[in-house]
Amino acid sequence: MNKVLMSGNNIIGEAAIRAGCRFYAGYPITPQNELTEYMAEHIRQAEGGIFIQSESEIAAINMIAGASAAGLRVMTSSSSPGISLKQEGISSMAACELPGVIVNIVRGGPGLGNIRPSQGDYFQATRGGGHGDYRTMVFGPATCQELADLTMDAFDYADKYRTPVMILADGMMGQMMEPVIFKKPKPRQYNEKFVLRGAGTGKSKFIHGLILDPIDMEAHNWKLFRKYDVIKRKEFRFEEYLTDDAEFVIVAYGTAARIAKGAIKRLRENNIKAGLFRPITLWPFPELQLRAVSEKIKKFIVFEMSTGQMLEDVRLALQGYAEIQFHGRPGGAVPTPAELANVMVKMCDKND
Amino acid sequence: MSKIIYQRPESLKQRIYHYCPGCGHSIVHRVACEVIDEMGIRGITIGVPPAGCAVLAYHYFDVDMIEAPHGRGPAMASGIKRSLPDRIVFSYQGDGDLAAIGLAESFHAANRGENITIIFINNAVYGMTGGQMAPTTMLNQKTTTSPAGRKQILDGYPVKVCEIFSQIGGATYIERCAVSSPAGVKKTKKAIRKAFECQQNKLGFSMVEILSMCPTNWKMSSVDSCKWIDDVLGKEFPLGVFKDETTERKNEEEAHS
Repeated sequence: MNKVLMSGNNIIGEAAIRAGCRFYAGYPITPQNELTEYMAEHIRQAEGGIFIQSESEIAAINMIAGASAAGLRVMTSSSSPGISLKQEGISSMAACELPGVIVNIVRGGPGLGNIRPSQGDYFQATRGGGHGDYRTMVFGPATCQELADLTMDAFDYADKYRTPVMILADGMMGQMMEPVIFKKPKPRQYNEKFVLRGAGTGKSKFIHGLILDPIDMEAHNWKLFRKYDVIKRKEFRFEEYLTDDAEFVIVAYGTAARIAKGAIKRLRENNIKAGLFRPITLWPFPELQLRAVSEKIKKFIVFEMSTGQMLEDVRLALQGYAEIQFHGRPGGAVPTPAELANVMVKMCDKND
Repeated sequence: MSKIIYQRPESLKQRIYHYCPGCGHSIVHRVACEVIDEMGIRGITIGVPPAGCAVLAYHYFDVDMIEAPHGRGPAMASGIKRSLPDRIVFSYQGDGDLAAIGLAESFHAANRGENITIIFINNAVYGMTGGQMAPTTMLNQKTTTSPAGRKQILDGYPVKVCEIFSQIGGATYIERCAVSSPAGVKKTKKAIRKAFECQQNKLGFSMVEILSMCPTNWKMSSVDSCKWIDDVLGKEFPLGVFKDETTERKNEEEAHS
C-alpha cells in the first residue's frame, strides 16, 4: 500500500469508505466540512454508497440509525454544537444497540464558541453525552495515521459491541496534512439477526428503546452495563512515551499530546526528564495502566486544551497515590511546544 | 356454506389494543394491515412508529419495525429506504410528532422526494402525554395547556399539514381522510393503498393525513367524537386529495427509461 498525503478530515472519510461505510449523513459545520464534502464525492463512487445532506444534525443521526438498522455500516460527523444536537440520537442508538460511527471535530465552546481546536467536549464524549445510563467508546487520535487506523477500527468495535463509537478529534487534526497508509480492512462480522430487512415469510422483529416495565428496563440497563464492563476491561488503548527514566509524566491526548511530545523533546534537551502517558481510548480510560505508571513515578502533569476534564479521570485513576498538577488552554488557544515546555519547567520549579 | 366477510388481517397481531375505547389508532392500524395483506407486502414492509400513543404499534403490526425518537421518523425511514430501496417503508406519526417537533424531518423527507409513506394521525391533541395543545388544535379548543381555549394571538393557528405539504416539489401523493364514519374508514384504506402503491411504483413521497378520534382527551363520548370530526375538525381540515402527481411521475419515469 502506498503512502499518501491527505488532510485529517479527508483521511477519516477515506478510511470509513475503505472500512465498508456505505451510508453517511451530515450537515455543514466548521471545522469538519471537508469530511462531509469528501463523503459527498467519494461514498457514492463505492458500490451501494449513499450520501444524504440532512436538514439538521438531528436528522443526520436518525438517518444513520435507520440505515444501521437496515444493515449498513454508517457514519455521521459534526463539530461540537452539532454533536450536542446528535445526542438524542446517540442515546437512542445506544438503547437500541445500533452500531455506528460518530466523528466530532471539536471546536471551542461552550455555546457557538469558535472554530478553533479545543478539547472541551471530553466530558460530553466520555460520559455518554445524551440522557440515560449508557456509554460510548471514544477514540482520541493524535496523528493522521491514527485517524485512518482508529476510524477503521471504530467500525469493527461498533459492530462487535453493537454500540455507537465516537472519534474525538479537533479542528487541528481535521485540517492537518500528514502522510498516511491505509491498512487492509478486516471483513465485516455482524449477525444478520440484528438487521431489519422486512420479515419475509418469518417472524417480524422490532427494535425499540422504550421499555415501560421498570423491571424489564432495569434488566436492559444491566445488560448494557455488562457490555460496557467488557469494553472497559478489554478495549483500552494508550501510549507510553519516554516514561522509563522520567521524573514526571505529562498526561495528554490528541492534539495536546502532540504538543506535549514536542515539549518533552525540548525539556530533555535541557536535561529535564519528562515522559508522556497518552490515552488513545478516552472511554474506556486506561486507568489501571496509568496507575501502574504511578508505581515508579510520583508526579503527573495533566495538559488539556480545556479547563480540566480528563483531569478528573486521571484523579480517579491515581486515587491520591501521586501528585497531580494541571495546565489548560481552553477556548481554541493552542500553545507551542516551546511554550508548554516553559510552563512545565515553571510547574516543576514551584514544587522543588 | 358460510362466507367469511370480516376477520383479523394476517399482518395484525392477535393482541388486545392498549388504546382507549373509541380511539382512531386501532382503526388505522387495522386498515393499514388490510392493505399490507391485500398487496402481499408483509414480508417487505418496515414500519417506523413514533413517540406518542402509537409508540407500541410494533405490538400490533406484524411487520418489521423500529421505533424513532419523537419527530424523527421520516429521517429514520429515509435511512432505511435508501439502504433498502425495494422495501415498503412507512413512518407513523401524530400531529405533535409531525407538525411540531418533527416538522423539519417531515418537510425535508417530502422535499427530497423520499420514496416513503407517512401515515399522519391528526387528533388535534397530544394524546399520550394527557391532552396538551397540538399544532393542529382548533382555535378556542380547550386543552390542558390551553385551558381557556387556543388563542391565535398566543398560540398561533391550527397547522394545515396537507395544504403545506402539497406545495412541496418532492411530494407526489397527499390526501386527507377521516376515520369517523364507515365511509371515511373505507376512504382511508383506499388512500393508504394508493400511497403504498405510489411507493411500490417508486413514484416518490406520499402522505395520508387521517382525522382521528381521541375521546379521552377531548372529554367526549366515542359517538360525539366522531360527530366532532364531521362537524368541527373536518371543517377546519377539509378532506380530499391535495396532490396526486402519480400519473405525471409515472410518465416521467417511462420517458426516462
